[in-house]
Parts: sequence; structure tokens; C-alpha cells
Amino acid sequence: MFILHCLNFRNLHPIVEVKNLSKSFGSFQAVCDLSFAIEQGQVYGLLGQNGAGKSTTMRMMLGLIFPDKGSVHIKGKEFNSNNIQLLQHIGAIIEKPDMYLYLSGWENLKIFAALGKNKISKARLSEIFEQVGLSGREKDIVKAYSQGMKQRLGIAIAMVHDPELLILDEPTNGLDPQGIAEMRALIISLSKEHGKTVLISSHLLYEIEQMATHMVVLHKGKKIAGGRVDELMHPDETLVDIIIEPRVGNLISIESSSWGQRLVSASERALTFKLNREIVPELVKWLADEGVGILEVRSKHSLEAYFLSLTND
Amino acid sequence: MTKLLQIELYKIFKKPRTYISFGIVAAIAFVIQLAMTAGGKEYLDFGLQGVSEQFDIQGKILNGYLVAYLILQSLLIHIPLLVALVAGDAIAGEANMGTLRLLLTQPISRTQVVLVKWLASIIYSIALIVWLAIVALFLSLLIFGRGDMINLKSDTFILILKDDVMWRYAGAFAFASLAMTTIVSLSILLSAFTDNGIGPIVATMGIVIVLTILSNLELPLFKMIRPYLFTTHMIGWKGFFDDPVPYRSIGKSAIALGVYTLGMLLATIAYFNKKDIRS
Repeated sequence: MFILHCLNFRNLHPIVEVKNLSKSFGSFQAVCDLSFAIEQGQVYGLLGQNGAGKSTTMRMMLGLIFPDKGSVHIKGKEFNSNNIQLLQHIGAIIEKPDMYLYLSGWENLKIFAALGKNKISKARLSEIFEQVGLSGREKDIVKAYSQGMKQRLGIAIAMVHDPELLILDEPTNGLDPQGIAEMRALIISLSKEHGKTVLISSHLLYEIEQMATHMVVLHKGKKIAGGRVDELMHPDETLVDIIIEPRVGNLISIESSSWGQRLVSASERALTFKLNREIVPELVKWLADEGVGILEVRSKHSLEAYFLSLTND
Repeated sequence: MTKLLQIELYKIFKKPRTYISFGIVAAIAFVIQLAMTAGGKEYLDFGLQGVSEQFDIQGKILNGYLVAYLILQSLLIHIPLLVALVAGDAIAGEANMGTLRLLLTQPISRTQVVLVKWLASIIYSIALIVWLAIVALFLSLLIFGRGDMINLKSDTFILILKDDVMWRYAGAFAFASLAMTTIVSLSILLSAFTDNGIGPIVATMGIVIVLTILSNLELPLFKMIRPYLFTTHMIGWKGFFDDPVPYRSIGKSAIALGVYTLGMLLATIAYFNKKDIRS
């Protein structure tokens, strides 16, 4: 019982703690008094609109940008230029995985493998190539790689020192739908099968929804929400868009009905309701009975709905 | 640190751009050697016309030592520009490519990053000087043979016996290497300030050209500042072909270059350690 308790405690111990981080660029406040912690073995989504401060936060966590105030603690120790060795616990892709284009994928990975403390064998490098699905293309010059292959090589570089935490800033940027699905599967497998902790930012909320166990929502540099995804969101309540045939009187009859309370927005061609998923068929039937011509019914993803409800000024 | 340096050198020498400089040096040396093969005698007759009225010059004047000296005089002004091609790209080029942020998320300090880039660029510039020695001196000796060397000056000439020349070249190349270390430091400093690889290369070239002009202008104001310009000291290698060799002046120039080198290196480290990487 005691052992079990200790193990649980270890799993919950934060690998990274961000404490009161603030950063300004001139008069622009990029990040303001931001605090959160990342627990081991979880997948964290860092969400926010463009310019919300996601990349700046990630860069401060990696020592690329120096905070004006606050601190980052990695495995309980304050991270600064005097203990740069703490970075061995973190692998990262920031913005896009740029690498030495004139070198092969193998040479790139070998270079970053050699920058670590421990010697990494050829067999391990081959294993990583296999893990990210680049086997057979190791010797090709990176210039000839597709965007998806570069993203995979970026993940390989981030993983090369077997870090406990992966920081991935928009890892699906520039990928086609198949590439996005493959990247998602790779990140989920890194977390589930290899026990990696992942902090991921993406503007594709659906992607985050598929992967994240926790999330931190930033808006104009400030944290406006954070915690377990299932606790933050109400999974049953969703936003439903109903595309309708334009007809005079549609809106009046809906607003005056009991459904009016659930109406979030309305235009001549579209209605948006916030309601429990289960009563969507009932609403559709009522609209049809009222003579509203329904062209399409689509449910917004729950994270997207949650995100919009938080960030809409 | 050795491992990091090996990686840096690997990156430099895997880059096709690196070899452009070696190609340019070889091409210029070859063109001068070709020109001297075809019209070297006429060139020397013209150069020595004032002197030959007073002296009877005999022996093999058109020799490898003289041709090498002519190549060095035309090339050593341009070598800094070739050095800047690599050193100016060292930090800014990586920032431009986006690899700098990847590099700085590894467990290596920024001071180490600057130092290995500085050392690797110095090794590259020394390799360029060695290559210059091979194509300018050894190839010229192979083509034109050995002989006493005439060092023509504006109002006089110095005759150096053939057995007394080689060590002077060794000294000149060593001094040139030191001068290139200063250029490396300047390029790396400029490279730390920007995220565009071309900027530091052009800026280094601009600074060297402007300061070289100031070093050579015979105006009172410029005479005053001349001792403080590193370009003034960069031509100290020529002293090895004087008689007697002005060791004191060469030593002072070497110290001045050393101070510039160290100062610019420390400034780079200080700045780079505070820089936000936003590229």
C-alpha cells in the first residue's frame, strides 16, 4: 500500500512548473503572470488564438526567450543559464522543424544525438527512424523531404535523447489531412506506449481534443482556463449549427419559443444553438414542424465550442 | 567541447558554399601564375626600370617566391571577404535556417555555441590560408622555381637571398592567420546581432573596405586614428619581407589584433547570452 502511494505521488509530481511568467516585447505584453504545472505522463494542450502567447511561453520554457518576471522549474530545479543541463529532460519542436537541409536525415539526427551527454548507438538511431516512420529514407537529403517527413524528423530529433517531456509547437502545421492523422497517432503512441509527457500547441482544436488530457487556455497573454479536459468541458453540451432556407418569420417563431433560450446566434441562413447533444433530434423535428427548411445540421466540436465561449470578447 | 567543435566543422565542410572560397583563391592564383608565365618578364622589366639604371640585376628574378608575393599582395585584401562568407553565416545563418532554436534547446550553453562557432571559423580561415600557401607559394615554386626574391617598394627594393625566404613566408602566413582571426571575431559579432545570413557578410566586407581606405588615406585626421584601426595592423605580414624584419612593429600589430579579437569575442558572448531567440 505504501509503495502504491509512493508511485502515485511520483506520477503526479510536476515535471515542469511555470511560475508567474511575464514577457513584453516593447509595449506589447506577450505573456502576463502565467503559471501552470505539467504532470508526468499526461498530454497537455496549450490553446490560444494567434498572438495569445503560446510560442512565447514555450520558448521561455526552453530558455530561448528570457522572461521579464517569473521562473520555470524543471524537475523541481529552477531553469536558467547556469543549469542548462536540465534541458536534457526536454525535447522540442518550436514552430516548424527546421534542420540542415544540405544534410541527410541520418546526419541531422546524428548531429543532435551527439549534442547530448550520453552516447547514442546506431541501432537506437535506426529505432527512432522506424518509430517516426522514416525507415528507408534516412540517407536522403532533407531538402528532398516533404513537409510531413520534416515534421517526423523533427519529432525524431526531439526524441533522440529520450526526454521525459516533449514540447511540440504546432506540430501539424503544413501537413495534409493524412499527415495530420499520422502525426496525431504518433503523438498518442509516444504518450501511451512510451510514457512521454507532451505539451502541444495547435490551432486545430479538434486535434488537441483527440490527444490532450489537460489543457491550458491563453488569451492575450493570460491564462483564462486550465485543468483536466474532462473537468473543464461539459461533454454533453455542444454548439449546433443549423443551416436553413432563408424565410421571413423563421427567427421570430424560434425566439418566442422555449428553444429561444438556447439560441446563441442567428442569421437569415444559419442558427446556432447551445444544447445537450441528446435533444438535437427534438429540435430538428420542431423546426421542421414549424416549416423551417433545414439544409444541414452540424455539431461543433466540444473543445471548439468551449474555446470560443472562453475567448469571444 | 571537442565533440561540439567536430560537429561544427562537419557542418561547415559539408556545406557547398564553403568550397567557393577555396575555388576563388585557386582561380586567382592560377590566373596570376598564367599571366606571369606569359608576360612576367615584361612586367618585371617595367617594375625594375628605375632600379636597373643604377644596379645590374642578374639571376633568376622571375621565380616562385616573387610570384607568390605578388599573389599574396593581391589576395590578402580579399581573403577577409572569403572568411566572412563562413564566419558571418555562423550564427545568423542558423537563425535564418531556423536551426538555431533547435540547437539552443539542446543541453549546451550559449557561450559554448559561440566558442565552437568561433573556433570552427578560425580553423576554416587557417585552412584557407594553408590552401593559399599551397596554391600561391608551393605551386609557384613548382612552376617558376626558386631564386632570390626581390621585394619592390615605392622608393627602394629589398633583395632577399633564396635560402632566407621560406621562414619569412611561414611568419607571413602565421600573421595572416592571426589577422583572419580578428575578421572571424568581427563576423561572428555581427552574426549574433541579426537573423539574416547575408547581413553580417556584407557588413564585414563594408567595415573592412571602409577601414582599409581610412588606413591608407594620408590625411592628418585619419593618420591620428590609423593606429587604432585593426585594418592598419592586418598588413603586418608584409614586415616579414623587410630587412631587417621590424619585429617590434609586427609584435605591436599582433597584440592589437589579439586585443580586437578578444574584445569582439567577449562582446559576442555577452550579447548572445542575453539575446531572445525569436527566429
